[in-house]
Amino acid sequence: MDVEIRVQETALDAVAEVASVYAGNSSVGGVVSFIGLMRDMNQGDEVASMTLEHYPGMTEKALAAIVQEAGQRWELESVRLIHRVGEILPQDPIVLVAVASAHRGEAFRACEFMIDYLKTRAPFWKREQIADGQTRWVEARGSDDEAVSAWEKKS
Amino acid sequence: MIRILYFASLRERLGCAEEALQDVPSTLAGLRAQLAARGGAWVEVFADEQRVLAAVNQEMAVAGQTLQAGDEVGFFPPVTGG
Repeated sequence: MDVEIRVQETALDAVAEVASVYAGNSSVGGVVSFIGLMRDMNQGDEVASMTLEHYPGMTEKALAAIVQEAGQRWELESVRLIHRVGEILPQDPIVLVAVASAHRGEAFRACEFMIDYLKTRAPFWKREQIADGQTRWVEARGSDDEAVSAWEKKS
Repeated sequence: MIRILYFASLRERLGCAEEALQDVPSTLAGLRAQLAARGGAWVEVFADEQRVLAAVNQEMAVAGQTLQAGDEVGFFPPVTGG
């Protein structure tokens, strides 16, 4: 399996990442990608920007473990898992998960699995800037834990 | 000695990003109790088991995890990436 995992401060070029997940591999029959974008609204407040912090070292290990587990569950040709950190503006891609496999079923399932696990297992934290220069930490959501529990029942 | 790292809202509430402890408690639960005993923001943060996650040597860890000299312990709130 061809895997690339990155945590980066620079802009994420989703189109280029998706192209790279299948380029030159003629065993690939399908690619599924998820692009998580920053919204300008959260909990009824306008959000001007966001700062993403992480735990360097642990983040890369956690992401590698998620990709490895997906690779054990499904037959995959190639994976790209790229996450932004630092200052982020509305419409910026925050995360990209791209999966290439021989058939679509594996790619669809593995892509959803990886983003669901990333949401609860990878040490990233968002701090958003709302009106008047106020900032607040984004709270974790219970629905994200439920998504992971659902996968664990399927295993 | 162990190295302790604090992240995100925890770091701000405690006013501490990183420290080193000379005496190593035998378990993660022991370390949490020792930190809570500092009082003030420390007891508020560490009394709430649900809201503080821990990693030992950059792997998610549970309270019973044993600690030894040279370990790196990270404390942080539930994650919000993606």
